[in-house]
Amino acid sequence: MCRLIAITSEAPMSPMTAIHALDVMKEGHDGSGVGLFLSDLSGPFQELNGAPILSGIFTNPGIKRLDGFMMEVGFLTKYKISIKVPKTAPPGVPRRDMYLIRAYEYPETWEGLSESEIQHRLMNIRLQLRQMGEEHQDMIVFSFWPDVIMIKEIGDPMAVAEYLQLDRPELQARVIMGQGRQNTNYAINLYACHPFFIQGVATMTNGENTAFVPIREFLMSRGFPGYMGYQSDSEVFTHILHFILTHLGLGIDAYKHVITPLQDEDLDRHPNGRFLKHLKHTCRRLIIDGPNCVIGALPDKTLFVVQDRKKLRPGIVGGKPGLYAISSEMCGLDAAIPDRDKSKDFQPMYLDTAYIRPDRQEVTICGQMEELPLLH
Amino acid sequence: MWSDGRIAPSTLSIKDLPWQIHWDRQQCTMCGRCTAVCPVNAIEMGVHRQRLIETPVGLTEAPSNVYGVYYGIRQRTDPAYACVGCAMCTLVCPNDCIIPCRSDETDKLKYHINRGGQPRRRGGRRNVPGGVLDQIKFIRISMLTDPALDAGRHEFELRTLLGRVLPPEENLELLRDEGWIPPVREIYPLMIGGMSFGALSPNMWEGLQMGVAYLNEELNMPVRMCTGEGGCPPRLLRSRFLKYVILQIASGYFGWDEVIRDIPEMKEDPCAIEIKYGQGAKPGDGGLLMWYKVSQLIAAIRGVPQGVSLPSPPTHQTKYSIEESVAKMIQSMYMAWGFRVPVYPKISGTTTALSVLNNLTRNPYAAALAIDGEDGGTGAAYNVSMNHMGHPIASNIRDCYLNLVKLGKQNEIPLFAGGGVGKSGNLAANAAALIMLGASGVQIGKYIMQAAAGCLGSESDRCNICNIGICPKGITSQDPRLDRRLDPEQVAERVVDVFLSFDTELKKIMAPLGRSTSLPIGMSDAIGINDKAAAERLEIKYVV
Repeated sequence: MCRLIAITSEAPMSPMTAIHALDVMKEGHDGSGVGLFLSDLSGPFQELNGAPILSGIFTNPGIKRLDGFMMEVGFLTKYKISIKVPKTAPPGVPRRDMYLIRAYEYPETWEGLSESEIQHRLMNIRLQLRQMGEEHQDMIVFSFWPDVIMIKEIGDPMAVAEYLQLDRPELQARVIMGQGRQNTNYAINLYACHPFFIQGVATMTNGENTAFVPIREFLMSRGFPGYMGYQSDSEVFTHILHFILTHLGLGIDAYKHVITPLQDEDLDRHPNGRFLKHLKHTCRRLIIDGPNCVIGALPDKTLFVVQDRKKLRPGIVGGKPGLYAISSEMCGLDAAIPDRDKSKDFQPMYLDTAYIRPDRQEVTICGQMEELPLLH
Repeated sequence: MWSDGRIAPSTLSIKDLPWQIHWDRQQCTMCGRCTAVCPVNAIEMGVHRQRLIETPVGLTEAPSNVYGVYYGIRQRTDPAYACVGCAMCTLVCPNDCIIPCRSDETDKLKYHINRGGQPRRRGGRRNVPGGVLDQIKFIRISMLTDPALDAGRHEFELRTLLGRVLPPEENLELLRDEGWIPPVREIYPLMIGGMSFGALSPNMWEGLQMGVAYLNEELNMPVRMCTGEGGCPPRLLRSRFLKYVILQIASGYFGWDEVIRDIPEMKEDPCAIEIKYGQGAKPGDGGLLMWYKVSQLIAAIRGVPQGVSLPSPPTHQTKYSIEESVAKMIQSMYMAWGFRVPVYPKISGTTTALSVLNNLTRNPYAAALAIDGEDGGTGAAYNVSMNHMGHPIASNIRDCYLNLVKLGKQNEIPLFAGGGVGKSGNLAANAAALIMLGASGVQIGKYIMQAAAGCLGSESDRCNICNIGICPKGITSQDPRLDRRLDPEQVAERVVDVFLSFDTELKKIMAPLGRSTSLPIGMSDAIGINDKAAAERLEIKYVV
């Protein structure tokens, strides 16, 4: 099983906080990889005023092709972090030419475009880059989005973090998600590494998705270009959430009603029963059977955690006003926030969605039997 | 026959028949029950002449002949009276001294069952046992990475949807704007397919209906039964049980005068309307109720004269194209019930199923598509249609499902598969295989006759005389002397047994795959087959 940690903090924190937490939970992952999602960035990236940041791994020829492509579209580099790695990589970590974190100035021709159009184009550029990279094996692109940095690499989280010097101040962020990977595939593909990201939505998951094939088929047939990839069966969780938020205009409270709908007798008693029944029928192909604990971040920086309905992977949320964390293990949470009131820790069960709003003042628990605040 | 006697081309010996009756003279009580029960009069009382040689002791008297007789049975060899292998004689024999045995080679009878130029017609299924569904295995067992579920203790939701499901965006918008949303029924994924009141005896039909009502009302299993083409008794049309019934309309429109007349009297809407364009057993051919079975009751319900054969035309005569059929017929049926009842077509398995499906996807009213494969059973059809016409269900349903996936409509038009489900007795395994290939649910007909009423028919051409109303079990006859052999209450009980055990078996398949919250429709990664060509064709795993 993978190990997961998500932290949201008023004061910017180093990604090393998450790496330390993953290291504490080391018993549960085999060090086959690590993935980081950083958002609500501080330092130089905070000053970028919504400029999109490209995160990925490139070979030297790949960088040249990237520059040519971005110039053609009209993007200019605004700010970048160059990660110079030592000559010898730790055992198990492949040698790469370039870990890229680069912010771009929007093309002039994009001025006046609607927000949704910009978002669509950003995603398409990421997909184009991914496709270009797959053709020549010279680029791996994780995200291209304002206020989001993603880093993924094969190897033990702590070793990778030290190798990439992730303790640098430019990388401090207020929302951090990290996954220590327990690989269940033979060939390790970085596109199969959590967290997964699409248009501001990021999630990471523990467990295996038994209903993967029908869900993948459903998402891929939506006609939405971003619903692709699926090197990991967990990527569908990100896309289901994105589908609910953007295509259906619903909130995080509806997420569990889609992936683990209530049974009919419960729906009959539910104040939004009619609505939920329609949701259940029309989104029937998105129902999961677990075992999954999904931890994620919404575009507005809300962090959340949900479980499947029967099998339940470990998941715990706790903290104090201004600093909360969600972890797959209690020891991970202890490492991230040792001085919290542990009696207020919460382990979401089969009906709960736990989330921490961007103000980071409390953990909100939303039960599936409660009325939905639908029209927001 | 004397050795110098005359023979006709169709003169056959017992050896030439498909079934030979073995009779033990020593055990026979001469009660005559076997000859009385035989539905085709294949056996009659026989007075056999016998020569006995008497050889007295000593030399004074010469040995002599004595001619005597003994009584017993004789098997008739006239093709019209050939034994059908039903073994009712064995069933009734108090001393177990009689049994039909299958010939050790292909019979010669088949060359002669066309007297008067009339080709053979029969009931039953395609006479080929087994099939690809039986070979499909469930291979994705949850082991360690994912805990298997407990079929006995976990909550399961074995339900499927019948009706046009809109894309979620559109549905939620219509819900907000109070627009019309197509009716959708949440039903059990195993339904009893269209067997008409007429094809089945009144006792059988009543038994099935009672079983279905019990499953719904006492066991909370929303099982549905289709009427087939032959209308529906008015008492049922006007009862609350109508909601468990799918009314079928087919090319003969039999019984629909009564249905239409009863609409104002209906307390409940029917579950759905099935428009039959074809059936698996006789693809491209209409329904056939032979005159033997058109009794007074059947004639009254269907609105026809008594004692005439009722062949339905192969197509709906008022329609000339699929566009018409789809657009007009579906819509008229919707209109008849105020757009509250799902309407869907049923076709026989065919390579053109995809064209039909594509047409339905563009029709916002089409509620589903039912496809009946080549192994579908029937009450009456030409033998040649049954044995040689039609498309296997597995690849047909898979093609249709994958086509829907391509269109993004896999959740919108449910596919229902029928035709040979449970043919070898593996009902749950066959049904689960079809569901994982993409069916939303399955229909059974012959299986329920076998399991709930003891139908003797088989794919080795046993019995299969449903067409002429002499079903020895009273399942498909319209003769009260035969019907009364079947107790509707007991049929109902068996229907409940069948569904309950199916339910457990389906759970026993789903739980180890780690699924329980929703029916694993299209979960093709869970199945495999040890036939490479079939695996490739169905796009599932090849396992050896």
